[in-house]
Amino acid sequence: MLKKAILAVAAVGLLSFAGLQAAGAETIKVGAILAVTGGASFLGGPEARTLEMLVEEVNAKGGINGNKVELVIKDSAASTEKAISFAKQLIEEEKVFAILGPSTSGETFKIMKIAEDGKTILLSCGAAEQIVNPVAKYVFKTPQKDSFAVKKIYGEMKKMGISKIAVVAGNTGYGKAGKGQLLKIAPEFGIEVLATEVYDKKATDLSAVVAKLMANKDIQAVVNWSIVPAQAIIAKNMRQAGWDVPLFQSHGFGNIKYVEAAGAAAEGIIFPAGRLLVADILPDSDPQKALLLKYKKDYESKFKEPASTFGGHAYDAFMILAKAIETAGTDKEKVRDAIENLKKFPGTGGVFNFSAEDHNGLDMDAFVMLTVKDGKFVLYEGK
Amino acid sequence: MTLDLFFQLLFAGITYGIIYAIVAIGFNIIYNTTGIINFAQGEFVMLGGMISISLLHVVPLPVAIFGAVLITMIVGALIEMVFIRWLDNPSVLRLIIITIGLSILIREVALHIWGESIRSLPYFYGNEITAVQFGSVRFSPQILWVIGVCGVVVAGLSLFFGYTSLGREMRACSANRRAAILCGINTRNMVTFSFMLSAGIGALAGCVMSPITYTQYDIGTGLALKGFTVAILGGLGNSMAAVAAGIILGILEAFSITIVPLAFQDAIAITLLLIMLFLRPHGLFGSKEAAGLKEF
Repeated sequence: MLKKAILAVAAVGLLSFAGLQAAGAETIKVGAILAVTGGASFLGGPEARTLEMLVEEVNAKGGINGNKVELVIKDSAASTEKAISFAKQLIEEEKVFAILGPSTSGETFKIMKIAEDGKTILLSCGAAEQIVNPVAKYVFKTPQKDSFAVKKIYGEMKKMGISKIAVVAGNTGYGKAGKGQLLKIAPEFGIEVLATEVYDKKATDLSAVVAKLMANKDIQAVVNWSIVPAQAIIAKNMRQAGWDVPLFQSHGFGNIKYVEAAGAAAEGIIFPAGRLLVADILPDSDPQKALLLKYKKDYESKFKEPASTFGGHAYDAFMILAKAIETAGTDKEKVRDAIENLKKFPGTGGVFNFSAEDHNGLDMDAFVMLTVKDGKFVLYEGK
Repeated sequence: MTLDLFFQLLFAGITYGIIYAIVAIGFNIIYNTTGIINFAQGEFVMLGGMISISLLHVVPLPVAIFGAVLITMIVGALIEMVFIRWLDNPSVLRLIIITIGLSILIREVALHIWGESIRSLPYFYGNEITAVQFGSVRFSPQILWVIGVCGVVVAGLSLFFGYTSLGREMRACSANRRAAILCGINTRNMVTFSFMLSAGIGALAGCVMSPITYTQYDIGTGLALKGFTVAILGGLGNSMAAVAAGIILGILEAFSITIVPLAFQDAIAITLLLIMLFLRPHGLFGSKEAAGLKEF
């Protein structure tokens, strides 16, 4: 599979090279550092496949303003050391126009400075807010900020009259960052966190912790923050124990595979997510609807697996870059400025409005609250 | 602590314990014939789960499980024949390092075949929210399946090692390889057979626990670590002791969360492992004299 993919990319690269000879136009070399294998492969896999698909599509249409795109994907396996050496390699040897990725926040933190020093645009697919806060000149990110997800959840809880909660999180970078935001923002919404528990990312059963939390009768809801299978395990253990308080999850739950894994126990889980997962039931007036449906259809028919929001982050990164090149030409500095000036640009994660102060460009509206009904994601309407 | 919570935690502990024990039994079988620890044991568990899930697309559940056990046994035999059988009088350390390498190899192969996503078999009875009520305690009926399978395996193995000539020959290999050869036992075949047997038991464990724990390409490492701890705790080579030790570890882990944060759950297993290795390397139920005769 991977080999085929590499061959395909190489073939596309060669073709575009041949095309360039004929047309005399420039080839734009775009680097990507993605965790295609390893522990974060559920992020990097869809991201890499999405980019391959998009580059193929763009080149088939004759490229961006007649310039073909050459994609160089490096598999970091979510290792920061590899990400660092690939970033240097892409900037110094390959002399890429821009870098898409890395897949995780941890890797992004390590290569931000390299991109800054190399004056190379970096469009990260990492979720952590610290990537764009404080703003670094050449660093942008496409996933929604985790603080917005937390606020969205707390907003919903307030509506439901919930004020005392328990927080459980996985011991990954994502889980820790989310737990921090949950604890920090809780007072703003008048929410009291009665218990916090952190479990190992390889946890296979959480019935003991469920029993412990359940014994505290004051807890009105549970928030789980992780991207590991435990998302499904905690749902099962809670329902098996007969505990029926609402279960909230993070936007990391936005993968239908977890719903399948939790089966009947997934019913009624509430979580914030981008609109991709409910594209087909959005109103037609939604600015994202058309592109979401197209991306979903293209991806699913090409790769025979459900599209996830994670692949969407790479989609956004590439489309933002392509749009900026289209408006500003092939000068790196001008393209960077063009990204910063990009307004009302619909992507899979939301409608992007970049500015000199905001290199993420999304607001809270990028999230919608979803729930699981009959094994499918649907919009959460409240009780 | 209320009585309800006590029993709920107790049962959670027994669940963990039985899962660890059934992995530990696989370690014990290979140890019993070769005197080595097979660190790829967790990967057999993973393979069992993965293969049965793939087979389930074409055949009914019982056949899928049977097929997965059979295929994993063949994999176990092939691994032994390709990587271990032809070695001339290998040292224990060398064999152990080979098994560590094998575990990484199997994991990577599984990643390329099945990808990174989590899978699971359906619950054998009911679904994800079905629970059996036992007094004030509620638990998934799947746990009864795991306990049942574990019981059958332990009983079967005790009969096998105690009363069949094949079982006794396997034990002879471990007790004294040279003497076993002199008695006309084909020790190499015995080793191959022990790999098959432990692969099969691992695969069966992987199938029955899959609805509870899920199956992912890298689930083996964590399970192997706990299984290894339990095998040491009980005393290497003794399946019955492994069950007792597994339940002890499981209950300790479950009750630990009332005192220390959940994140320390794994630290407890490792601490226990280290203490045992320092103080009673022959295990809680093992005999010091018997352990002293072993190379490892």
